[in-house]
Amino acid sequence: MSQTYRINGGQIDRSQLIDFTFDGKRYQGYAGDTVASALLANGVKLVGRSFKYHRPRGIFSAGSDEPNALMTIGEGARITPNTRATVAEIYEGMTVRSQNRFPSLNFDILAVNDVLAPFLSAGFYYKTFMWPAVFWEKLYEPMIRRAAGLGALSGEPDPDQYDKGFLHCDVLVIGAGPAGLMAALVAGRAGLHVILADEDFQMGGRLLCEHEQINSDASLTWVNQVIAELSSMTNVRLMNRTTVYGVFDHGIYGAVTRNTDHLAVKTKRPRETLWRIYAKRSVLASGATERSIALSNNDRPGVMLASAVRAYANRFGVLCGKRVVVVSNNSDGLRTADVLRAAGVEVPEVLDARQLVMPFDIYGKKAVRAIKFSDGRKVDADCIAIAGGWNPNIQLTCHKRGRPVWRDDIAAFVPNKDAITSEMDVAGAANGSFSTHQCLHEGAQAGERIVRALGKNAATVDLPQADDQPFEITPFWEVKGNTKRAWVDPQNDVTTKDIKLAVQEGFRSVELLKRYTTLGMATDQGKASNVLGLAILADCLGQSIPETGTTISRPPYTPVTISAFAGTSRFEHFRPVRETPSHNWAKEQGAVFVSAGLWNRAQYFPKPGETHWRQTVDREVIATRSSVGICDVTTLGKIDIQGPDAGEFLNRVYANAFAKLAVGKCRYGLMLREDGFAMDDGTAARFSDTHFVMTTTTANAVSVYRHLEFCRQCLWPDMDVKLISVTEQWAQYAVAGPNARKLLQKIVDKEHDVSNEAFPFMACGEITVCHGIRARIFRLSFSGELAYELSVPARYGDSLIKALVSAGEEFDVVPYGTEALGVMRIEKGHAAGNEINGQTTAKQLGMHKFVSNKKDCIGKFLSGREGLNEEDGSCLVGFKPVRQTDVLNAGAHFIGLGELNNAENDEGYLSSIAYSPSLKSYIGLGFLKRGQERIGQEIRAVDLLRGTDVQVTVCSAHFIDPKGERLRV
Amino acid sequence: MIIIHPLLGPRDAQEFTYLGDASLIHRPDPEADNVAGTFYEYLYQRDNIAGEHRELWFHEQGDRSWLVIKRNTLTHDILSVELASDVARREGRSK
Repeated sequence: MSQTYRINGGQIDRSQLIDFTFDGKRYQGYAGDTVASALLANGVKLVGRSFKYHRPRGIFSAGSDEPNALMTIGEGARITPNTRATVAEIYEGMTVRSQNRFPSLNFDILAVNDVLAPFLSAGFYYKTFMWPAVFWEKLYEPMIRRAAGLGALSGEPDPDQYDKGFLHCDVLVIGAGPAGLMAALVAGRAGLHVILADEDFQMGGRLLCEHEQINSDASLTWVNQVIAELSSMTNVRLMNRTTVYGVFDHGIYGAVTRNTDHLAVKTKRPRETLWRIYAKRSVLASGATERSIALSNNDRPGVMLASAVRAYANRFGVLCGKRVVVVSNNSDGLRTADVLRAAGVEVPEVLDARQLVMPFDIYGKKAVRAIKFSDGRKVDADCIAIAGGWNPNIQLTCHKRGRPVWRDDIAAFVPNKDAITSEMDVAGAANGSFSTHQCLHEGAQAGERIVRALGKNAATVDLPQADDQPFEITPFWEVKGNTKRAWVDPQNDVTTKDIKLAVQEGFRSVELLKRYTTLGMATDQGKASNVLGLAILADCLGQSIPETGTTISRPPYTPVTISAFAGTSRFEHFRPVRETPSHNWAKEQGAVFVSAGLWNRAQYFPKPGETHWRQTVDREVIATRSSVGICDVTTLGKIDIQGPDAGEFLNRVYANAFAKLAVGKCRYGLMLREDGFAMDDGTAARFSDTHFVMTTTTANAVSVYRHLEFCRQCLWPDMDVKLISVTEQWAQYAVAGPNARKLLQKIVDKEHDVSNEAFPFMACGEITVCHGIRARIFRLSFSGELAYELSVPARYGDSLIKALVSAGEEFDVVPYGTEALGVMRIEKGHAAGNEINGQTTAKQLGMHKFVSNKKDCIGKFLSGREGLNEEDGSCLVGFKPVRQTDVLNAGAHFIGLGELNNAENDEGYLSSIAYSPSLKSYIGLGFLKRGQERIGQEIRAVDLLRGTDVQVTVCSAHFIDPKGERLRV
Repeated sequence: MIIIHPLLGPRDAQEFTYLGDASLIHRPDPEADNVAGTFYEYLYQRDNIAGEHRELWFHEQGDRSWLVIKRNTLTHDILSVELASDVARREGRSK
């Protein structure tokens, strides 16, 4: 027999029968069912095991507040754990599995935890696993995580797409119950741009779950009319399956739409869309959530919220039991009996908990069998419907630090009006107004207020007639006098005993209680349990609830997948990749790339037969030093600086002088931070009195530009100078080696003389190449060889590298990558990122003579402070292993011969190392105390991490051509 | 957050980079007296204000304006937005 608990009515589509499986067993439901309603229709009571005690659990609620029925849904890579069965729509072929049980849901070994409960009370982790400390990470934590588990992911890459979107509107209405629909209707009719979002797949809110009358029609008829009217308005956007999960500053709301989770065939559509909604105003009409009463064994499968029992009967045509006892402390809960009796359910007892007789205990382990009352009577039942009162869903009013206030008449927290910004209105049950009439009324009012506030005229909307019975409640939180455990937070297995214990142990603040007992944590974030727990805490402390206070919630309202936040930012889309204009050419040459900043740079160009990267790099270095090599240096930051004050501007931002640099010349420049440490280095070339082009390192291109703009706009706002980054506008290549000029002369158009006499070292100029292509040429050398940098507008980069290589064939030209570049700069003793690392000064870098005495510049004053100019300060020198075959490690520290390896004897460190094919030995650059005075001495380079200890000789950092003769030929 | 840029209108805060206290505009004159003390104050001493704070933001993914923004650090209310160059001129940074 299937669906034996199905009755007539409800908003399911009985023409669409749907097959799905739960723990391998086949079941059927209808379109419009949730997993929960379909399981209940099939009489399935036991759906999960609790977090800590592994107690059998059933479906508790009918909404996103569900603490028990967490399922693993889907197959293969699409497995989604911890999905609330109460909100997951069924689809054909859906696979649903229960969680936190082994070997099966029916027989779970760790149910032994329930017997051990006396040892597992609040804070038992903290108390039990204190000693020995080393056991925590290796043994205790993995063990606990395994035992107290939720579902697991597949471990495979997520096969679905996720997207992000941005929406703008006049008013965002959150929740499409009576209040939200009314607010949207008023705002929509006034012509405002409205977004109406609801987490459910069907709009209507609580009206879907109750049989009420609006304007003497069934309330559903009214709902459908309003939705039809809203759908017809082009200024209204209806978004179902969309949870507004967070409220952020300045009218920004976060929302997530689940697009495909309900589909049997997953289309190419994004599974979820994460929205950022910019709204001038919003109406929070998020409704309310019913709460339970703490009573012995109130977590048994079949103990449910009364509103949920009504919802399953009215919305889904499903009975939660055939003999239902109703326990309520309020007028709303008592209605449950009428609904159930009308549906043909036996209701043997309706217990108004405000009377003398109280519920006392519940029998049945994997399903409720009976309930016992305080007068000793025992009544058989297969479902207990508990109504403990309603908590307005005020979570979103707390996201901007709104503190809710307590209302005695409804025994619940409501939004604090003063704390809510002018951006947000709250209407209906979310505001503590529970009758349908009040919801419609407040929704309309909120709509009208917003229409007026946004300067439109509100059309009169007749307020529909609806039920306006007052809500009456007598707070009743806990059945006392029974020594058995009564659950407060079923999701985290927090009982009244845990709260009392926490109070005894001094955790009296509500925030501490939460953290000590885990009350209100995990997927439901206390929707089911917080207020109940708070009430019991207040009782223990002999205080009122407002005196006790409450925790406030933060985003997200319900769990949001990490994938939704990631959106399309996965794999290669995680961050942008920048490629130089000749990237494809380099790829064709077989280049290996390395990520530098966001750039992909050619690291080296292996040739067939080369089996190790060092072979390739050595070849590239030797070829360059003996003939000519070409390196793509496009990634260097390039900043175009123009204006009458350009020279003076550079004077102020570089440590060395620039104002008097001749037109047609380049100069190396060192930039300091204001605190006196080196920030970046590069060159500036002067093309006219008023025009410079600066280069920066690849890594600092962005931060240097930002700094320069800061200097220009904030420090010297009247300097007549303008800056623009042109890094991506120019492709730039270094041509280095003794044959560099011969090669270039084949490329540079004849009218431009690049001979040594006409175009000496550090010259620059605007020329043409390859018959008229605009280019800039700089006679700069990073390698120490005769070298030029040639730049062309980016669109010519690919052609230029090809032209250079083809022109260089007769010289056996090689392309070289960042590795060979690095080797040659270390051989030459040039500082780079490893040396200019934010912790070194011009003095340490051996560039103190650069800091001009004749002018002020950023960082000059503080570079002169005492601490940065100590006599035994470390400085940059070179190192060679004493034994030529020894390998050096960057990061090794210098310790004197025969000294102990400790911090006291630490004299500096190796910053850069390379194998120099020119010297046939490893070489290194590093910072050593009084390094310059110790040239020729021996010291040890000790690397305790890699376990190496190499004897090295201190030498000049300029391993090759120390006099710089090669550059000038 | 949304920043109402004086030239470009409302812009999302994600387009901006944050620097900090707007007092960084007032770089000390290295020729002045007790310049060591002033530089120390300028560079290292900041008030950690709970309330109205004047701060520098850079519209890095926009027009590259530096802005001086008065923001309430408790509520994130933005009380004023000005071009930093205007503020700098007004506060005596003209050459």
